[in-house]
Amino acid sequence: MKQISLLMKILVCISQVPDTTTKIAFSDNNTTFNTQGVTMIINPYDEWYSLVRALELTEAGTAATVNLVTVGKADAEPVIRKALALGGDEAIRIDTDSNDPYVVAAQIAAYAKSENYDLVLCGKESIDYNNGVVGGMLAEMLDMNYIGFATKIDVAGNEVTVAREIEGGEEVDTCAFPVVISCQKGVAEARIPNMRGIMAARTKPLKVVAPADVQPLSQIVSYEMPPAKTGVKLISADNMDELVSLLHTEAKVI
Amino acid sequence: MSVIVLAEHTQGVFKKKTLELVQYAAGIAQSMGTTTTAVVLGDATDAEMQGLGQYGANKVLQVADSRLDTLNARAYSKALIAAAQKEGAKVVVAPHDVTGKAVAPRVAAALKAGMVAGAVSAPDLSKGFVVKKNVFAGKAFAFVNVTSDVKVITLMPNTFQVKAGAGSASVEKLDVAFEDKDFSVKVKAVNKVTGEVPLSEAELVVSGGRGMKGPENWGILEDLAHELGAALACSRPVADSHWRPHHEHVGQTGGTIRPNLYIAVGISGAIQHLAGVNGSKTIVVINKDPEAPFFKAADYGVVGDALEIVPKLTEAVKKFKANH
Ligand SMILES: Cc1cc2nc3c(=O)[nH]c(=O)nc-3n(C[C@H](O)[C@H](O)[C@H](O)COP(=O)(O)OP(=O)(O)OC[C@H]3O[C@@H](n4cnc5c(N)ncnc54)[C@H](O)[C@@H]3O)c2cc1C
Ligand SMILES: Nc1ncnc2c1ncn2[C@@H]1O[C@H](COP(=O)(O)O)[C@@H](O)[C@H]1O
Repeated sequence: MKQISLLMKILVCISQVPDTTTKIAFSDNNTTFNTQGVTMIINPYDEWYSLVRALELTEAGTAATVNLVTVGKADAEPVIRKALALGGDEAIRIDTDSNDPYVVAAQIAAYAKSENYDLVLCGKESIDYNNGVVGGMLAEMLDMNYIGFATKIDVAGNEVTVAREIEGGEEVDTCAFPVVISCQKGVAEARIPNMRGIMAARTKPLKVVAPADVQPLSQIVSYEMPPAKTGVKLISADNMDELVSLLHTEAKVI
Repeated sequence: MSVIVLAEHTQGVFKKKTLELVQYAAGIAQSMGTTTTAVVLGDATDAEMQGLGQYGANKVLQVADSRLDTLNARAYSKALIAAAQKEGAKVVVAPHDVTGKAVAPRVAAALKAGMVAGAVSAPDLSKGFVVKKNVFAGKAFAFVNVTSDVKVITLMPNTFQVKAGAGSASVEKLDVAFEDKDFSVKVKAVNKVTGEVPLSEAELVVSGGRGMKGPENWGILEDLAHELGAALACSRPVADSHWRPHHEHVGQTGGTIRPNLYIAVGISGAIQHLAGVNGSKTIVVINKDPEAPFFKAADYGVVGDALEIVPKLTEAVKKFKANH
């Protein structure tokens, strides 16, 4: 068996998303997400968990290289620089934009194919489109294993041990490299970039790569806001029988 | 041509969300003028599999390999791809749960199929193949048009009512040429939370926040949950303070749930919390502060001290159950 631990090369997939407190609005007859006044941030799962765990693995001497990749136009650069301020050796921006997860995965796969990454980390989902699809697609395209919803990632020798969420509990798996893992809470503790990191990030390489020729397989044609709640019905604290009766006869949930 | 559906089971027992999924797939098949094939991985009895016919499956393809008794993304997707190819599938449907999310993207990539993750509607065929899904953590919906020849959909559980009809599915075995690498992810340990309703599947959820004051007060929430047959959840600070285990934490950084009833006790209703529970059908909020933001997202509200109200609610539920 090939001993790869010291040479381990990690790719962290970073997406940029609207800040969680953003008020969501659409324009052009509900066909476009209105980005006016919206602050973009690193997708929290990518920032807090995948990236930090990758950095911990380099600090522990397990990994040699951490590359960051984002599929996005030039407007994604501030966010990828922010990610570099936390750590990582080099960032790659694939110069196209899409909200079709197939396109995103195919673009990352086209780049990663010749780079021989041992470990590809992504987040459990992007908090904007809530797909959770890119990681699994990427694994198929790169012919790698895939473990979703990791809560703990440990590397020993040429094997990774992953705790992950399953239906109604947790499972511990082991797997050989290369592997794609999607990360969630538990994998690492969020870090705050320090001044040294921010300075260093300015001079770290940010490579812009031309996109591969990939046709989208889906398009978002329009958006809709959920119907507004008609207003809360207040029930007196002394009348829980009424609440139970409303839940039965009106809401029909019990 | 056909619609393929991944029919998840636990030792041969098909859960409600699987029946819902089979019914959903059969609805799509009907609108496309084709048939529905359910794919069953691992062991299940013929009678159980034939029963999927009551929910619209015409045929079951069983891949009876005991290595499929635990989730393995690579092997599962290989089996599903084999079934899709055998049946000439135009649509592949899987649940939007831990299993479906691991398997469906692989299948979609292999079949060059456009994918809708977390669908909440049947495809609208009058405008192409347009499916509605949640985006921005339940704050909005998007309509996605899938343009590839084959389409993959994961369906958000608890979206549709399930109704059993008549019918029995034929059962066939499907042989899949697995390789060793399909099983290179090895399961070392499984820790299932036993004796409780798993949160992700629960139709009723009782959830507590910092307003519960401390873990010593959780007994009253447990009593209420027990009376209702509900699962327990909590806000993030509650899990962070180790009052409750982390798998109960819901919200943007925790689990996303869509129960029929969500009872939020002593939770302020921060946007990051709402992100995980917005999709609940009915929301009840119990909070001593009438200005708590959660009331804006609630259907029913009770203003007052949770420690007094919750036991009263539990009594009322008991009384209700005795009379129904
Ligand atoms: C990026 C990010 C991600 C986050 N992700 C999550 C997440 O996934 N999930 C999550 O929950 N939070 C998350 N948070 C935290 C979130 O912003 C809130 O801080 C958190 O939800 C508050 O929890 P709480 O409502 O339990 O506590 P508090 O905000 O302290 O509210 C306690 C409530 O209890 C009420 N109360 C007090 N005493 C009583 C009483 N005796 N009876 C009845 N009511 C009483 C109070 O009026 C108050 O409304 C996140 C924050 C950030 C920045
Ligand atoms: N545009 C993108 N560029 C790089 N990585 C992405 C992009 N979109 C999604 N990802 C990665 O895929 C994960 C899941 O995203 P999604 O499938 O969009 O929910 C994210 O947490 C990222 O790690």
